[in-house]
Amino acid sequence: MPKKTILWTTAVVAAGVLVGCATTPSDSEISAKAVQVMKASFKAKGQAGLDRLDQDATQKACTQYTGKVPPKDVVDMIEKSNFASIKWPADGKYVGDWKKGETVAQFGRGKQYSDDPKKPAGGNCYACHQLSPKEVSFGTIGPTLYQFGKLRGYNDATRKYAYGKIWNAEAYAACSNMPRFGHSGTLTEAQIKDVVALLMDPESPVNK
Amino acid sequence: MKMHAKRVAVFAAVVATALSVPVAIGQGKDPMAEGIAKYREALQSGANPAELWEARGEGLWKTAAGPNKATLEKCDLGLGPGVVKGAYAQMPRYFPDADSVMDLETRLVWCRVKLQGLSDADAKKNHFGGRGKKSDNEALVAYVTSESRGIPMNVTVNHPKEAEAFALGEKIFFFRGGPYDFACSTCHGESNKRIRLQDLPNLNEKKGAQLAYSTWPAYRVSQGELRTFQWRLNDCFRQQRFPELQFASDASVALTMFLARNANGAQFDAPAIKR
Repeated sequence: MPKKTILWTTAVVAAGVLVGCATTPSDSEISAKAVQVMKASFKAKGQAGLDRLDQDATQKACTQYTGKVPPKDVVDMIEKSNFASIKWPADGKYVGDWKKGETVAQFGRGKQYSDDPKKPAGGNCYACHQLSPKEVSFGTIGPTLYQFGKLRGYNDATRKYAYGKIWNAEAYAACSNMPRFGHSGTLTEAQIKDVVALLMDPESPVNK
Repeated sequence: MKMHAKRVAVFAAVVATALSVPVAIGQGKDPMAEGIAKYREALQSGANPAELWEARGEGLWKTAAGPNKATLEKCDLGLGPGVVKGAYAQMPRYFPDADSVMDLETRLVWCRVKLQGLSDADAKKNHFGGRGKKSDNEALVAYVTSESRGIPMNVTVNHPKEAEAFALGEKIFFFRGGPYDFACSTCHGESNKRIRLQDLPNLNEKKGAQLAYSTWPAYRVSQGELRTFQWRLNDCFRQQRFPELQFASDASVALTMFLARNANGAQFDAPAIKR
């Protein structure tokens, strides 16, 4: 009887190990394999090289904690490192021309393999946000920015926040859906100032 | 051509109506959304040019071609050689002869190589159509998928390779990368969101995945082409600012597996017609 029990136990453990190996690779093994499979399945085209599949620390962490709230130390790591990377304007001015900002906010090209990398990119703000009430074709992935300056006050702290947020959204909200427009080299300093003006100029239609 | 002009006219009328309505800043009953809904309704009410692709695809399926001068009528789409009815509703799936998981478009390449004797490159040529570039793949996909119309999606993960493809597809769906930090889930991971005026299906939940997956392939009015699911994924990744997803690649099949299985239970309803 004891001998039989031992045999059974051995068999069950062995089967468990076999099943374990065959059907349940660990989560991190699947993640690693997914990256491998992607690298073999994509090809560089135009300005989009395969290096775009190499995640930085922020992308890696946000992928890992998708759908969950990342632990506090991870949130801190993401926000602090991204804040430190923001390049503030040398002249200390955050606000440009809101009319040019409106053009940047409307324009959606940039960084796609089908786009000419020599031409300026847009911010495509309207894809996700409501801004000027004159533009009815706006998306809802991000919050409405209608009356952004009017509601928050036309002060330097808010102007600086708007500039920093557009430059690197991850500095203020870890794993935000918003691209890091300055950090990724998509928008220039001048373009970001123009978008800040769209949000912060009392004369901008956003604040009417 | 006539039909096209009519659609454009309907579109213009609906947009004009929508634009003439004062804009509601807040949420609630949105006249713009109603205008778009009317346009979509109008699209569904006429004949679907996808039928032209379906007919050409059926012809291609039944006509001897390639170095072997063979038809595709012995092509096994998973339900046995030559069975087309309902096959698409159970794809992607594991194929023992290839020892791998394949979606429809990958399987069509396999059949054209094995049965008709085409080279892999020739079987993948013109996989997406364009101006002056007729695509046999698009036509064959239109035909095969039309034979699953009305049939519930039923994609299984019983084989370990099917389970693996699903798990990889899920990882790829949530993978954030590229200059914009986008993942598929950035736009398709929440319900009731839109980009500009385009509604975004939440592909991570049943209802959204069912609605989206069961209506591809589709005739795209704006492009005058029948677009396949491989095309849909390819163009999503372009907008995601990724490099180019290769046709019939492992990542494309894995992601399709994830999305198709999430759509299980949906009554398949394509080729559809979209803006």
